[in-house]
Amino acid sequence: MINGIPINMYMMLSVVLFIIGVVGVMARRNTIIVFMCIELMLNAVNLLLVAFSTLHGDTSGQVFVFFIMAVAASEVAVGLAILSMIYRNLKSIDSDLLSKLKN
Amino acid sequence: MLGYTITQWLFGILSFMAIMFALMVVFTRNPIHSVLYLVLTFFCIAGHYLLMNAQFLAVVHIAVYAGAIMVLFLFVIMLMNLNEDTEPQKTMITKLIAGVIGGLFLLVLVGALKGTEQLAITKYGYSEAGLMKNLGRVLFKEYLFPFEIVSVLLLAALVGAIMLGKKEAKE
Repeated sequence: MINGIPINMYMMLSVVLFIIGVVGVMARRNTIIVFMCIELMLNAVNLLLVAFSTLHGDTSGQVFVFFIMAVAASEVAVGLAILSMIYRNLKSIDSDLLSKLKN
Repeated sequence: MLGYTITQWLFGILSFMAIMFALMVVFTRNPIHSVLYLVLTFFCIAGHYLLMNAQFLAVVHIAVYAGAIMVLFLFVIMLMNLNEDTEPQKTMITKLIAGVIGGLFLLVLVGALKGTEQLAITKYGYSEAGLMKNLGRVLFKEYLFPFEIVSVLLLAALVGAIMLGKKEAKE
């Protein structure tokens, strides 16, 4: 229990958020939306880490979340730079157009 | 109220809003609306952090995600001038398959977590682990080296983003 809320409720919540992220990655073609869904999945995992850290009274989990946030920030910076480069070359960010490695 | 405490009500409302906004991120056609819904989702998650007494992370979450990352997303979308008309759509069958795979994944994970009710009764968590004082002590004692490495990582990402974003010299 965390302040009267069972831990498995937090588990269910982060599972649902994670699945929404997975479905978004599979169902959308806009690369930026795919990127945002990856952020959503990262946040679902962060939420669970904080929940367990609070449950056990262990600060390490929250330090990990802090590091995950830093890594996510740098990932977004580099990823969006790559996306804008792709857009400059292809004039589109449709993920189905990026299939040159296929053959 | 109806046998639930205020915290439980808040948890329910925040969870419902987080899930609804997350669904809107995936199902809205306009990319800008998607970004705004994602910001709202992040605010709901920050509310969850506050409920768990993780104040430092709540503040950092809002500052980093809603303040920095989502602004970056918005800028890129505006630079590319994306809107509803330019939005590429997957075929219906792909969306259906994505939904089915997501549903199956959800089923598997919920089934795997079914035995965790025991855990809920045995442990009682009210911790001050998320307070800035405790977090800072752990961060700068046990995790000092990773902390410094993260600063190098951020610098590398900065340099990489500038290198990638730079206009290439015309041959």
